[in-house]
Amino acid sequence: MSDLLQFLFSGLTVGAVYALLALGFTIIFNASDVVNFAQGEFVMLGGMGTVFGIAAGLPVPLAALAAIMGTAFLGVALNKLAIEPARGAPVVSVIIITIGAAIFIQGAASVLFDKQIHRYPGFSGERALHFGGATLLPQSLWVMSGAAMIFVALWVFFTRSLTGKAMLATSNNRLAAALVGINTRYIMTLSFGLSAAIGAFAGVLVTPITMTAYNVGIGLALSGFAAAMLGGLGNPVGALVGGLLLGILEALTAGYISSQYKDAVAFILIILLLFFMPQGLFGSKHAERV
Amino acid sequence: MLTVESLRSRYGRIEVLHGVSFEVGSGEIVCILGANGAGKTTLLKCLSGVQPASDGTITFRGENIGKLPAHRRVQRGLAQSPEGRQIFTNLTVEENLRLGAYLFSDNRVAKDMEDAFTMFPVLRQKRNLIAGGLSGGQQQMLAIARSLMARPSCLLLDEPSMGLAPILVDQILEVVRHLKSLDVTVLLVEQNAFGALSIADRGYVMETGRVAFSGPAGELVENPRVREAYLGH
Repeated sequence: MSDLLQFLFSGLTVGAVYALLALGFTIIFNASDVVNFAQGEFVMLGGMGTVFGIAAGLPVPLAALAAIMGTAFLGVALNKLAIEPARGAPVVSVIIITIGAAIFIQGAASVLFDKQIHRYPGFSGERALHFGGATLLPQSLWVMSGAAMIFVALWVFFTRSLTGKAMLATSNNRLAAALVGINTRYIMTLSFGLSAAIGAFAGVLVTPITMTAYNVGIGLALSGFAAAMLGGLGNPVGALVGGLLLGILEALTAGYISSQYKDAVAFILIILLLFFMPQGLFGSKHAERV
Repeated sequence: MLTVESLRSRYGRIEVLHGVSFEVGSGEIVCILGANGAGKTTLLKCLSGVQPASDGTITFRGENIGKLPAHRRVQRGLAQSPEGRQIFTNLTVEENLRLGAYLFSDNRVAKDMEDAFTMFPVLRQKRNLIAGGLSGGQQQMLAIARSLMARPSCLLLDEPSMGLAPILVDQILEVVRHLKSLDVTVLLVEQNAFGALSIADRGYVMETGRVAFSGPAGELVENPRVREAYLGH
């Protein structure tokens, strides 16, 4: 029983990071139909940026803030320099551009930072907490509550603010959005900046637990993409559920079977689920009235 | 109000507008008639800036707007209710209307929404429902109401009566006629030539990407070529 609780703790921690990654995929996908495989690099940059900010003598909150802001700026630059000029190109070409961007960012990070594995101490110390025979790092609570905070903030943004509704409207019908006076290019830029900031925030939170290096982005992007597909790409609730579910699946497999198989089992289950529910758990049915 | 000169536009290498010229005076209702594929919808898309023009000029209230992005043209007072009820299907009726006034955040937005509900009472009943669940006619009304929320001085209406029951067609045409009393200039694209000519001041007839001929609405109704091609006898 305490084993199960232990696996759930680690699953929920990793799952919260996957959920934030999936959310990043979802926001950009909704604004532009593009699956941005550079999403994992944003997480890496959040962690590496904070590591090197701390090394440069900044206090942790300031280093984290600088890393998040810098990554958001990079997300905007990615849109302006690589995505926007390819407007009108097939979506598949744009997706390949994002893979190229991911490889470029990874290479640049290996030169700009270094090729070592890094971490910094947890924000509330390293002493594990004990619950029902299982242990939990205080940093895990930071990750889970940070993810919860982001989801609540975005829910408020999308349902209460006019800009948030304009983003929903643009994803629903780009032509109509332009015709009511929404600057759809600005919405694209905003979605890249927002996704990059969310990714970097996840990186800042999780680095004390998982550690980081210049090349962790691609693996994270794949897991985040799988989580988004599992929940139904394009739906923020799906991103949350898909992320947590994937994290728990991986943790249970690693715990009860073998950590060698944790990716395999998780992905086989996803394939089976998508075989029977191709839209994912919360994907839209694309039923429109004509 | 709106002057268009030698407007050309293409999809890839295929040119669909071969130099279209016309003008719409302040306070007029002008209709553009033409068969499917004549380029009417492309023309309106060019005017709104969601389809690039390859040549020609668009002058709106004395300003050349041909190079402005779409949202800047809405800012200038040129709004469009597009063909095929392009509403935001996953948002509520009220959110659709609110986004119609995306450029504004003053007290007049609430008043304009009240006016829209007065104009289309059925939308008031459904204000909190998801717009994708409305009937075709209701979606069309929502699209028109939403375009009016942008406070246009000139409204482009693309096929407002397409696919609607005759009683709804009359209701929509009545609304368009009513816009004239609100000082909104209207450029109306319609398949329903008889209905459009019954409320328009003037009309242009387009054939394969060109203006074939034009005249006052009363003359066009009598014109044998128009009668044969668009009025069915």
